[in-house]
Amino acid sequence: MSLIQLKHASKSFGSQHVLRDITLDVREGETLVLIGESGCGKSVTMKLMMDLLEPTQGEVLWDGRPIRSRSEKQITRERLKFGYLFQQAALFDSLTVFENVAFGLRQNKRLPEQKVVETVHGRLRDVGLSPDVVVDKKPAELSGGMRKRVGLARALAMSPAIMLYDEPTTGLDPIMSDVINELILRTRDREKMTSVVVTHDMHTVRKVADRIVMFYPLTRLKPDEPQIIFEGTAKDAFASDDPRVHQFIRGEAGERLTELAAA
Amino acid sequence: MLDGVRLVGDLTLFALKMVWWINWPRGGVIWPIMYQTGVLSIPVILITGGFIGMVLAVQAYDQFAMMGMENQLGTVINVTLVKELGPVLAALMLAGRVGSSMAAELGTMRVTEQIDALTALGANPVRFLVVPRFLACFLLIPLLTIVADGIGMLSGWIFSTKVLGVHSFYYWHHSFNFITAYDVLSGVIKSVFFGAAIAIIACHRGFHSEAGAEGVGKAATESFVYTFIAILLIDFLLGTFFMKFYYVLWPGDVAMV
Ligand SMILES: Nc1ncnc2c1ncn2[C@@H]1O[C@H](COP(=O)(O)OP(=O)(O)OP(=O)(O)O)[C@@H](O)[C@H]1O
Ligand SMILES: [Mg+2]
Repeated sequence: MSLIQLKHASKSFGSQHVLRDITLDVREGETLVLIGESGCGKSVTMKLMMDLLEPTQGEVLWDGRPIRSRSEKQITRERLKFGYLFQQAALFDSLTVFENVAFGLRQNKRLPEQKVVETVHGRLRDVGLSPDVVVDKKPAELSGGMRKRVGLARALAMSPAIMLYDEPTTGLDPIMSDVINELILRTRDREKMTSVVVTHDMHTVRKVADRIVMFYPLTRLKPDEPQIIFEGTAKDAFASDDPRVHQFIRGEAGERLTELAAA
Repeated sequence: MLDGVRLVGDLTLFALKMVWWINWPRGGVIWPIMYQTGVLSIPVILITGGFIGMVLAVQAYDQFAMMGMENQLGTVINVTLVKELGPVLAALMLAGRVGSSMAAELGTMRVTEQIDALTALGANPVRFLVVPRFLACFLLIPLLTIVADGIGMLSGWIFSTKVLGVHSFYYWHHSFNFITAYDVLSGVIKSVFFGAAIAIIACHRGFHSEAGAEGVGKAATESFVYTFIAILLIDFLLGTFFMKFYYVLWPGDVAMV
């Protein structure tokens, strides 16, 4: 069943069109990977999925029902099924690491303090951080990769049914990247989590993707071309003969160099 | 023009949303904001109040001395202070100190996606960020205005009596004869509106900040400029209202302007 569906969704900011007529669904239990060039609208797509942004046209459905058919209160409640790892972590910089990770729990669940501490420490360990070292630090005192992992721990602390990861391994060393990849696999297998992953990391794509969707920037498309240029398994993607997919997956600059030089 | 109308509409909607979510926030949320808004503003408020009192004394003295009415100096200083200059200048000062920093803080939270993160974690950003800031401004800015008024009265009195040589007894005697509870109250009521305007405009600008350091800077500047205009506008409208209302309450009486 589809947990999330985008139906003919478009999104513009002022006169800048980012998404055009996107139709896409996220199925229960799968790990869907979104790839595409920088600026093509992957983060915006994930925000549409969680109703952090509203489409300019078209609609987004949760469990087959348009989000907008719900009351504000229901939306807030159902949104708690989602966890979101923000691209820049988006930690609350006035709070400590502990308070950050505990935030959702304290806000929404009446848990005894001991249980909160247990969950926070457990999730920090899951993402490869040592609780004793980090809990009392402020986000500004952490490295970029550590912030990202705290952000991940904060989202996972709520035990969401659906996790949206915006570039989970960007800024991490190769070993830590693999720890995170394994974590994504583990949450799917053990906690039956459905995941959407935005990434530029081909290791992650190979390792976690059940299905891949590739976006193309609107600025490079003709008005009638679809923005989703590929949908399928990782294997299909690596074997694709669409030059745009091929070029992206292999990371070849190709004609872009001459384009940039001309500009 | 059209943008102006849209902005006012947006601000009104924003304010209504805020009212919808209003509640007394947890101590951990509200106290730091109260401290930021109230306690840390006291120095600038003392300076503002202190100088208004003295400036009024200097400005009014010559003209009053010319007519041989030095002893009336207290009246004009104190009435102007509590009705007009105290509330307006204190509010303008706070729009800079409190409002701009709120806009910058919320703007930073917007562009670093912290506001989205609040939503994602089930905390309503309006309730969590705007309501406590509104309450702090709404409650504390009138109090700060009263402090500014008090300091202004004190500095005006000291300057008039010690430097300009006005007789202290007459200074207060005439002041108390003329100044009414209505004057004081109208000044305080104005400051309540100023406080609300500062919080709502600052939070609104912060919430709609554009990306990057530039966007945040713009939000802070716009917050100050819009609040400045709003304060002058509210002052004019309420001033007119209080004048008319005075005649409704006391027909035939002549208001001391
Ligand atoms: N809140 C916003 N206001 C205005 N424009 C925005 C906003 N969010 C995104 N955009 C614009 O939308 C476009 C797509 O942004 P998005 O963040 O989705 O890209 P992306 O595919 O995630 O890129 P990256 O791989 O670099 O993260 C960008 O051009 C960006 O400038
Ligand atoms: Mg992105």
